[in-house]
Amino acid sequence: MRCCSPKTLKRIYFILAVMLLGFALFAVLPAFAQDVTDEEYRPFPMIGSRNAAWIAAQLHLLFGSFILGVPMFAVIIEFIGWKTKDERYDRMAHEFIKLCMGAFSTTALLGGVLVFILVWCYPKVLSKLSGIFGPTMIFYVVLFFGETFTLYIYYYGWDKMQGRFKWIHLVLGVLLNLWGTAIMFVSNTWLTYQTSPATQFKKLSNETKEAWIESMLTQNPEMTRAEVLEGITANSVIPLHNEAGDFLANVWEAVNNFTWMPVNIHRLIGNIAFGGSIVAAYAAFRFLVAKTKEDKAHYDWMGYNGNFIALCGLIPLPFAGYWLGREIYMFNNTMGINMMGNLFSWLFIIQAVMIGVLFIGANYYLWSGMGRIEGAEIYARYRPYMIAIIVICVAVWMTPRTLSTISSASELSAMGGANHPHLGFFGLMTAKNTAVNIIILTTFLSFLFYRRSGKTPTASWKGIGNIVISILFFLGAVLIVVIGIVGFSKKLPDGFRVNVLTPWQVMVALGVMVVVTIIDIFMYRKATTSGTIKWGGMTERSQYVLILLAITFTSLMGLMGYARSGLREGWHIFGVHRDTSVDAFTPTLSEAVNMVSIIMVIFFALVGFIFWLGLWGEKKKQPEVPMETVAENND
Amino acid sequence: MKRVSLFTICFLIFIASWVFLKYVVGGLISVPIPNSVIAMYMALILIAILVHVSVEDTRFEEFIRPIHETLVDEKRSTRRVVLAVLIPILMLGYTYTNIAQKANPAGDPRVAHPVPPSEFILTHKDKEIGTMQEVENPYRHYEKDDPEEFKSHVENGRNVYYDNCFVCHGDHLDGKGHFAHGFQPLPANFQDPGIIPNFQESFFFWRISKGGPGLPNAGTPWNSAMPVWEEILTEEEIWDVILFLSHYTGYSYRSFGEGH
Repeated sequence: MRCCSPKTLKRIYFILAVMLLGFALFAVLPAFAQDVTDEEYRPFPMIGSRNAAWIAAQLHLLFGSFILGVPMFAVIIEFIGWKTKDERYDRMAHEFIKLCMGAFSTTALLGGVLVFILVWCYPKVLSKLSGIFGPTMIFYVVLFFGETFTLYIYYYGWDKMQGRFKWIHLVLGVLLNLWGTAIMFVSNTWLTYQTSPATQFKKLSNETKEAWIESMLTQNPEMTRAEVLEGITANSVIPLHNEAGDFLANVWEAVNNFTWMPVNIHRLIGNIAFGGSIVAAYAAFRFLVAKTKEDKAHYDWMGYNGNFIALCGLIPLPFAGYWLGREIYMFNNTMGINMMGNLFSWLFIIQAVMIGVLFIGANYYLWSGMGRIEGAEIYARYRPYMIAIIVICVAVWMTPRTLSTISSASELSAMGGANHPHLGFFGLMTAKNTAVNIIILTTFLSFLFYRRSGKTPTASWKGIGNIVISILFFLGAVLIVVIGIVGFSKKLPDGFRVNVLTPWQVMVALGVMVVVTIIDIFMYRKATTSGTIKWGGMTERSQYVLILLAITFTSLMGLMGYARSGLREGWHIFGVHRDTSVDAFTPTLSEAVNMVSIIMVIFFALVGFIFWLGLWGEKKKQPEVPMETVAENND
Repeated sequence: MKRVSLFTICFLIFIASWVFLKYVVGGLISVPIPNSVIAMYMALILIAILVHVSVEDTRFEEFIRPIHETLVDEKRSTRRVVLAVLIPILMLGYTYTNIAQKANPAGDPRVAHPVPPSEFILTHKDKEIGTMQEVENPYRHYEKDDPEEFKSHVENGRNVYYDNCFVCHGDHLDGKGHFAHGFQPLPANFQDPGIIPNFQESFFFWRISKGGPGLPNAGTPWNSAMPVWEEILTEEEIWDVILFLSHYTGYSYRSFGEGH
């Protein structure tokens, strides 16, 4: 029995979400008034306040990441379809946005739930934050409405705006992304401020500088103004609160805190990778349950594109993460040591394992994909070496520096300490950065082979081109390793490793990728097709890998979120507003892993439900057969 | 000659890798690798093997054929019997070695490095020096401004070190002092590239001045035997010994944003 059409259901669902968000926003208004309540905390029943806020915030973030990531590549795919006049791309972009629609309402719902929990459980913290960030919250609401209506026009106007209005539709797509990115940037201000409520001296306005000097003089009456400013440079870290916790600065200075921009960039790239992986997992599921060859072909193609997008996001992600880590060290060295060398250090070993899974999985999928391209066999001989390189680099990346907690007393005695005299070198960032860059180059090589499979270049200079490309790869790898070895040297000037060596390693890896891509595009511009891609011919194993990648991305986001948030330790706002609740302790790694696992299960259950809702009542129609051929023997 | 199956090759590679890590790297080339680290590497090697054999259908079928035959082929009953006997024996051996362990206590439970409390103010006895983030070695600037003065501070640091520290941290600052082997954890090895370049001078001042008893509650037990040197050394002597550590080893201390 059907009560109403799927479209009506979706609308009801959306209206509910907006209403809930509206209520939440009204609920938060009293928080603008300082000290609205005497209660610092109110307990959340059963699971406790922190766990409730943790679940709601993480789910909100996962859905938010999905709905911000997907439109970014959807509009690019739509543009490709428009330019190449290939309708398959247009249909796929439309299908991606369709997946976004249900997730969009859920994101808003979860945002509302989170605000309710915060208003109820942490009234004073929210009061303090809203006292500083009130104007940004109003801006957020405006952006949210902008994004909502743009998304609706973009989705429902898809068919109507084909043809000569297509460019307007594309502009709407770009606008949608601008709204979305702005929303994320605004909400990032609040949470990054909680971690790093400070900025550099050079970024302060004259009024704030004066207010800070005044506060220092009040705090230390024996000091003179000159003594306060002694040793202060343009890059000195200046807290934005005085000792009593009063806010000294303006909103923009609070927004532009130490970790804001690195988190913005890290999340922006991460959203693309995460969105791509969820789309790929969706396609993998549809592939596995597909009954017809056409369906299999379609979802094989979609999975390939999703994985490609995830890879594009994954490759620059470690660099953005490194920048974030550097800013945390610059803000507070103790926090940095806590992150990489103490409380959260083992989390980064888990992170290495999971990113290893991502890279191995993504390469596995590419190599599997070459099995369905005629003429790709010639590249198979390189595969064992590439597997070996990636696995050795992952081993370096995941080797812990300090082995005391995982060794017996006799093993420690045999090593002569907590560090292995040789493998201990792998525990340092110099070695790990080298490993990451080599993994990225190898993954790029896998993609290059995939791209070339089944094609024969006709350019007269193809021989020289291949030699140049080989030399570039070789020199790039040698340079990366040499820079890594230099990193172990003594007598390196201050800041040389972080400010010179690491960026150069990254530049070498990116430089090789850019130059090789350009050469390869020209070399294969008029290539003849020597073998077709049998879409639908992928192994089922490779589809499970796509699902594994989505699960790994989700877990990784949850765990790294625990690190980012946990770094504050016993503070709601680091150094300003102390956490005096029963949850003031930092959860152990095992507790965090359990929580993240529970959240992940809830997330995939919700995603499954939303996707099912999106497909509910969908008329059985013949999917677009994507490429040259549909595999004949894929049953 | 009968062709060796892919499964056998993979199995032999797996065993050879273990032998290589355990006895070649952890014996001939270097000191033994902890079992937990070997297990980690072996898991990766297993993944590498499975990736290699399962990327293509044909190879995957070739890989699982012997497993399939062993399980269902009537001609392979001998293999099944051998496995039926071998697997319980291996499990028995595994169980026995875990239950009947020799006295081999767990290693040091400490995580990588102690970290001072986030709101920590650096002090020497009761005198406030400043926050960890701000404080610099007051004699470091002599390195450029007055090399002779700098040299005298380094020499003073050398005397302080060999009067007080070398018995644990070693003649060559390598953590191999006379008393070193009586401690768990072992004294810090300043020649290690992961020690000096990873910390600012203010961190060293904190560790030296407060010693083992001054370590934070988080992450306990630290089991550090380091004395509270602020009760013995002056502020200048501590800064001087910090200068000497980097001068002798050649490593620079970490600056903001810098690290290994």
